[in-house]
Amino acid sequence: MSSLLELHNISMVFEQKSGLFGKATPIPAMVDVQLSFEPGEIVALVGESGCGKTTLGKVVTGLHKPTEGQLLYQGKDVWKMNKAEFSEYRRSVQLVQQDSYAALNPMRTIFQSLSDPILQHKLVRSRKEAYDRVCELLDTVGLTPPEQYIEKYPHQMSGGQRQRVLLARAISLKPKLIVADEPVSMIDVSLRMAILRLMSNLNKSLGIAFIYITHDLATARYIAQYGRMAVMYLGKIVEQGSVHDVLAAPKHPYLQALLSAVPVPNPRIAKAKRELPLKSLDMPSIMNPPSGCSFHPRCLYASQTCEQTAPSLMPYGNTIVSCHHVEKVPQWTIATVK
Amino acid sequence: MNENNIIEIRDLSIEFKLRSGTIRAVDHVSLDIPKGKVTALVGESGSGKSTLASAILNIVSAPGTIKNGSIFLNGEDILRYNANRLRHYRWSDVSMVFQAAQNALNPVMRIGEQMIETVLAHKKMGKPEIIEKASQLLDYVRLEPGRVLKAYPHELSGGMKQRVMIAFSLLLDPQLVILDEPTTALDVITQDYIFDILLKVHKEMNITMLLLSHDISVVARVADRIGVMYAGKIVELGETFEMFENAKHPYTAGLIQAAPSILDDVSENKSIKGSSPNLLNLPTGCAFHPRCEFSTDLCKLEQPRAISVGKDRLAACHLNEKGEMLA
Ligand SMILES: Nc1ncnc2c1ncn2[C@@H]1O[C@H](COP(=O)(O)OP(=O)(O)OP(=O)(O)O)[C@@H](O)[C@H]1O
Ligand SMILES: Nc1ncnc2c1ncn2[C@@H]1O[C@H](COP(=O)(O)OP(=O)(O)OP(=O)(O)O)[C@@H](O)[C@H]1O
Ligand code: SF4
Ligand code: SF4
Ligand SMILES: [Mg+2]
Ligand SMILES: [Mg+2]
Repeated sequence: MSSLLELHNISMVFEQKSGLFGKATPIPAMVDVQLSFEPGEIVALVGESGCGKTTLGKVVTGLHKPTEGQLLYQGKDVWKMNKAEFSEYRRSVQLVQQDSYAALNPMRTIFQSLSDPILQHKLVRSRKEAYDRVCELLDTVGLTPPEQYIEKYPHQMSGGQRQRVLLARAISLKPKLIVADEPVSMIDVSLRMAILRLMSNLNKSLGIAFIYITHDLATARYIAQYGRMAVMYLGKIVEQGSVHDVLAAPKHPYLQALLSAVPVPNPRIAKAKRELPLKSLDMPSIMNPPSGCSFHPRCLYASQTCEQTAPSLMPYGNTIVSCHHVEKVPQWTIATVK
Repeated sequence: MNENNIIEIRDLSIEFKLRSGTIRAVDHVSLDIPKGKVTALVGESGSGKSTLASAILNIVSAPGTIKNGSIFLNGEDILRYNANRLRHYRWSDVSMVFQAAQNALNPVMRIGEQMIETVLAHKKMGKPEIIEKASQLLDYVRLEPGRVLKAYPHELSGGMKQRVMIAFSLLLDPQLVILDEPTTALDVITQDYIFDILLKVHKEMNITMLLLSHDISVVARVADRIGVMYAGKIVELGETFEMFENAKHPYTAGLIQAAPSILDDVSENKSIKGSSPNLLNLPTGCAFHPRCEFSTDLCKLEQPRAISVGKDRLAACHLNEKGEMLA
């Protein structure tokens, strides 16, 4: 049996033009990514701002055509599908966009935004049925009572409320995979748990697979507790494995630094300057990535080899890591930061 | 007006008339924003943080209206400013990084052009000078000026746009910067870095900051003072350490308890029970009573007033009134 979705050596290189006649600069947002997703599984994707997570999400959902490599949906090459197959793939793989303003049409009420897709895909037959279904969807995502929200325009809702509307729209089409790009970043702690629980229930009861893109390691760990985690750095996957294994013993120096930076709800600890295990906080230019291992200018363990040769993902212990010196990197545990 | 305050908000109420009824998103709020400090407002989604902030810029969005109250900037009521004075006030006196930074950028203009336009709308300055200043600020927020100035918004990631907006907010050397959830789109390393920069800017340029966030852990690091909002009201206000170590309102205590600690198992975290209040149909008395473990009959009947519970400390909870009587 084939996986639900496979990325084979996918690269996504954007071009930025610097003027009408200026020459385009290539921006490699994803580099040679190899990943696969099984039906019903949850994969958390974490990494630094600008490292290519959204790009990966958009490639997976067919919004960007990769510049290299193959994307397979149920074994079929997405970019060689016929119209019917492509449309079925697009319905089955939904994206909850990071930017909830851009994702909702400002001129349309929540009812209009939510009823259109289900009417189009004939999941409901009449406006009346659509109304009931939209109410049900709003209810599912905790926008209750639905009457309070259904006639609102996006700008009349708070950030967290809009993000829930997007989740409602994604599930309305009964997809097989939802790519949720920072779906709870604007929601407070108590509602965040409710949304995560909702995603978890949708996963269990309807078997919807999720790619959960986030920078929040605590929620990644919660939502994907039985799933996998992939860590991205400058367009590449640098560590991957079961969430439990990855967090119990993070190996890649970047991941260790990331974990050390998680904020603590205690002002005395938070205000005392914590040293992160990094040589530099500066993020290298994506247009001009460092040679060899692209993490080397910031890595405490970098050697000459690291400056010259790029490491590749190799199994180490229970996870897969891309680091030349993985054996030498000290063990990191949650207790290390206190 | 106390001259140590840059902004004084007095008895401010903001209502939204909706088809299903009227909600009061900000309910009789009074708040001082002291000069040179970082004040933070925290509270659940929908508690009214962004609405309150929009009033400080006098840009409450329709159908919202300011029902009553005043907002003083160095003693002048900004709600009475004429259009001309308001234009200067926004960005040059007070600037804001909006919650959805993405939304504030013009999709068909390059970032550099937008920065130039913003500055020129407010003062005379040469383009090279503006570009130099913009580059320095972009550099502050860990972006490559060369690329970003030439980029259109859609060519930047969510976190990059958020950082562009932080740079934007500092462009005209404002006295007060309002940051509405400024780091929600950022990983923790970048967030750490941005807060370092903001604190540096705050100290060096003596800029006052108002930070809005639903995450009390984020605020712990930078804020000098914290105000906690619930259902449109400020229910507790005080100095950061005091608030964390000696909360006087059960909701504040709940927020601190519920904050996830370093990679705590989130499922075990003690989130505040019950759901956020329906603004169309607020509970009687103390709006928090259905979720409060200390609720008494009095709480269901009577709204607690905000009373002083220490130096520069306010709390609106009947428990404190009793405490005061005992003392
Ligand atoms: N359409 C585009 N044209 C040019 N460059 C782009 C485009 N989309 C993304 N990029 C660039 O690709 C890189 C990766 O962006 P992406 O949005 O995938 O990051 P991200 O990991 O989602 O970041 P964040 O956590 O901040 O949302 C960035 O440098 C961004 O500027
Ligand atoms: N333009 C508007 N029209 C109608 N209702 C609005 C409008 N703007 C805000 N509201 C309502 O006012 C209340 C307060 O919203 P506000 O955005 O101020 O909350 P918030 O504390 O910033 O929440 P979040 O953490 O989700 O950003 C919410 O119930 C919201 O639905
Ligand atoms: S390969 Fe070298 S530079 Fe890269 S993470 Fe490993 S030790 Fe650091
Ligand atoms: S006034 Fe009563 S219900 Fe409200 S927070 Fe205090 S004890 Fe709880
Ligand atoms: Mg993104
Ligand atoms: Mg808000």
